[in-house]
Amino acid sequence: MAKFKMHMLVCGGTGCRASASDMLYKNLKKEIQEKGLENEVQVVTTGCFGFCEQGPIVKMIPDNTFYVGVKPEDAAEIVAEHAIKGRKVNRLLYKDPVKKEHVSDSRHMGFYKKQIRIALRNCGLMDPENIGEYLAADGYEALGKVLAEMTPEEAIQVVIDSGLRGRGGGGFPTGLKWKIAHGVKGDPKYVVCNADEGDPGAFMDRSILEGDPHSVLEAMAINGYCIGASKGLIYIRAEYPLAIKRLKIAIEQAREYGLLGNDILGSGFNFDIELRYGAGAFVCGEETALIHSMEGLRGEPTFKPPFPAQSGYMGMPTNVNNVETYANIPVIFNKGAKWFSSIGTEKSKGTKVFALAGKINNVGLIEVPMGITLREVIFEIGGGIKGGKKFKAVQTGGPSGGCLTEKHLDAPIDYDNLLASGSMMGSGGMIVMDEDDCMVSVAKFYLEFTVEESCGKCSPCRIGNKRLHESLDKITKGQATLEDLDKLRNLANVIKDTSLCGLGQTSPNPVLSTLDNFYEEYVAHVIDHTCPSGKCKDLIRYEIIPENCVGCTACARNCPVNCISGERKQVHLIDQSLCIKCGACMEKCKFNAVTII
Amino acid sequence: MTSVKLKLKEKDVQKIKEICKSFNNDPGELINVLHKTQEFFGYLPAEVQEEVALGLNIPVAKVYGVVTFYSFFTMLPKGRYPISICTGTACYVRGAEKVLDEFKRILKVSVGETTPDGKFSLTCLRCVGACGLAPVVMVGDKTYGRVTTDGVKDILKEYENE
Repeated sequence: MAKFKMHMLVCGGTGCRASASDMLYKNLKKEIQEKGLENEVQVVTTGCFGFCEQGPIVKMIPDNTFYVGVKPEDAAEIVAEHAIKGRKVNRLLYKDPVKKEHVSDSRHMGFYKKQIRIALRNCGLMDPENIGEYLAADGYEALGKVLAEMTPEEAIQVVIDSGLRGRGGGGFPTGLKWKIAHGVKGDPKYVVCNADEGDPGAFMDRSILEGDPHSVLEAMAINGYCIGASKGLIYIRAEYPLAIKRLKIAIEQAREYGLLGNDILGSGFNFDIELRYGAGAFVCGEETALIHSMEGLRGEPTFKPPFPAQSGYMGMPTNVNNVETYANIPVIFNKGAKWFSSIGTEKSKGTKVFALAGKINNVGLIEVPMGITLREVIFEIGGGIKGGKKFKAVQTGGPSGGCLTEKHLDAPIDYDNLLASGSMMGSGGMIVMDEDDCMVSVAKFYLEFTVEESCGKCSPCRIGNKRLHESLDKITKGQATLEDLDKLRNLANVIKDTSLCGLGQTSPNPVLSTLDNFYEEYVAHVIDHTCPSGKCKDLIRYEIIPENCVGCTACARNCPVNCISGERKQVHLIDQSLCIKCGACMEKCKFNAVTII
Repeated sequence: MTSVKLKLKEKDVQKIKEICKSFNNDPGELINVLHKTQEFFGYLPAEVQEEVALGLNIPVAKVYGVVTFYSFFTMLPKGRYPISICTGTACYVRGAEKVLDEFKRILKVSVGETTPDGKFSLTCLRCVGACGLAPVVMVGDKTYGRVTTDGVKDILKEYENE
């Protein structure tokens, strides 16, 4: 094998590929070849680096140079300057938004400083399509250790001692789950990996599967050994073609190496993994619904008990865990339960991956120790709010979570704290909102999602959420009364208490948390018929401030419905009866002459 | 739900039979069968569902129940260039709604519809996971990031002469 002096890691995650990183990879490879450097410099496509905001990312090893926003045509310059002359290409370096300086070493970037990467340990560092690289990074060592040295009971005890809790939302202790499944009699048993990541704005599972598929396969095999299952199934969204492709390659390679299949590593233990595809239904993230979907049925949840551990896939004992949960398992065995439980808070151990998105400077995927504060996440790692606007709220936990405000920013993040403040960990989506976001509209947006995704099986969720959505719609149109707000709260609580599954039980959270934290905004819509953030079209109108208007005609030319009149160098006027309130005039005006009333 | 009536050709019937057989005619594989079938036909009209039901020996109602339950399956043909606007939360707070409105306005179709010439169809999807590029629009397999209302015209222009 050639000994390379330099590695160029090119991000091959979905986000960067959308910005032509595959083309960039080809160009780099071509340049390296043309310059005769193929024995010295290796170009590798890796999984997601997490810094999606400024993709495509290229990282140089060993000097940790971190290039952002690299275009395919930059390949020649990088090779000529960095690989040959050893000079960094300054214009492509990450620029610190506060200090306005180029940062050449990724370890000094605010984005990475506070992160501890366990589940994402290999993402961005290795070629996910090459099992050799996973093996070189202690891959499948945990499986070997468990099979050779431990009984299933001992292995389960390690997971219990680590304190790991389910990362898919509920936070159920993983070791306990395995212990229950281990204790139930039945043959065959099944191990299922829940990769039906449906939360809008959450993409950690996809990134792990794209960047480090083997860690999930290894963990599933350990799980199989612990509970006595010889078959594993991965239920994955059909919307994730790249993750599916890489999983297929990984499964094939693991079989070739005897790490899946019969008599794994000579231990007599058999385990194999198959893929099952979702078809776009959010409720299938719920484990009973997921199991029904794998059986070829409508993905409707069923009442628990019986729990999947007792009667799951095909009526047999089944253990379901989420992708991120699995990604933690091999490390726990390699470094020990004690090491893992030393990270985090008293009741939430280890780290959590969050997908930072919305009005934040550094959109991306981060992994932080439990117990970090929202303030650190948003302002230090996330780099603060876009465009210097004011922070208003952060929505955690997707459609099942709530909106947290300024007063929650300094509380340590863990399962219990988030629940106590009216939100939840969920799968780890974190959407940041600024002063321009209307919280009533945001609640309505989430309800729209729930109404669409409710499976329709139980009436509180099917009918109740529809009613909630209608009330919110009324509020955003200025047609509601204060009495409606009370009704809204009552109904939300009833849906929470009476729904069958997790979807209905949590769907009112966005409404309840915004009612609690932004009641005055609801009141403004109801009593004053105004939308303080200027978002609700029925409650606002665009007007031109005559003193500021210079008559440049930019607004009139860009109005899609031609409702702005006025001669050149004359004050313009908006015809309110025709205006569709798209805001194009305001965007185009350079003189701040358009205002929302 | 309306569906397009279509008389299946003998070779299409054979194709469906083949797909069912490749999954051992196992009713538990219904979703995988539908994925493959939709890949081939582009959509799942009633006639195709009837054949699938025959192939797996289950009631048509069950097939229909599954097709209508999952958003990935469609009973209406898509346009040659299916446009999907991401309306996940990250895209929503960065203005996806305005982008969607602009597409609706220019193409004169609603969400879920296809233009009369069969060229474009308009759908919403929830999160492709490229939140760093929000708002995101997909045309076929091609992803467009940071789309503005002005950018909509430019995207459509790319497909003008095709």
